[in-house]
Amino acid sequence: MTPEPHHLLFAALADPTRRAIFERLCRDGDLTVGSLTAGAGVSQPAVSKHLAVLKRAGLVGDRPDGRRTHYSARVEALAPLADWTERMSGFWRDRFDALEDVLRRMDQ
Amino acid sequence: MNETDADTRTVVVERDLPHPPDRVWRALTRPELIADWLGKTDFAPVAGHRFALGFDWGAVDCEVVAVETGRRLTYTWRSGDLDSTVTWTLTPIAPQTDTPAGAAPGATRLRMEQAGFPPGQPRYYGGARAGWPRFFAALEGVLARTA
Repeated sequence: MTPEPHHLLFAALADPTRRAIFERLCRDGDLTVGSLTAGAGVSQPAVSKHLAVLKRAGLVGDRPDGRRTHYSARVEALAPLADWTERMSGFWRDRFDALEDVLRRMDQ
Repeated sequence: MNETDADTRTVVVERDLPHPPDRVWRALTRPELIADWLGKTDFAPVAGHRFALGFDWGAVDCEVVAVETGRRLTYTWRSGDLDSTVTWTLTPIAPQTDTPAGAAPGATRLRMEQAGFPPGQPRYYGGARAGWPRFFAALEGVLARTA
């Protein structure tokens, strides 16, 4: 069974080390595993594993450059996070309308 | 006067109501009144109280987090695909000039803020709650700069 993409996305961002790596790529642009490892607080193989998870979730892209690979953030992969806010916004606006009706009736 | 937060972690709706805060508070906290605008419920304004809100599409599980009578109310809002927190804030404002005849004096700015976590969030990870806001704060800065 293929895990749904949302699950991959949220699972990828749940880990603080991965989140830090992703944030760093957002902030600093293209980076290699080596430069990501400096300051990550974990080993290079661990960083590589985290990058693989981020890549599978669509959050990170890679570009080979000779013997090195450059990694970069793909912020557009975060779009599914916006879905629920749109749904709930409409819901609450309707509820506010209904609340106003109730408040008016309480006047009488 | 609706306002919807454009960021990805909160929904904000704010409206000025031509009713005094104590009346708005009653509508927000009395089960028989909540049922008329939000959903059927066994709500009680007591921190730690667990309650449900029933809708035609299903039920939402909630727990009262904090109560400041007449001013602020916070509860969790959990349904199948969403684990979030709803905070109501009531601020007294100057009455609008078009207050209907016979209406009680006073007006209220009512703000609803729902902050939450989308489906698939790993509940097993205890640090998620602390981590996400920081993450989004950092990310928003990045997005703003790259827009």
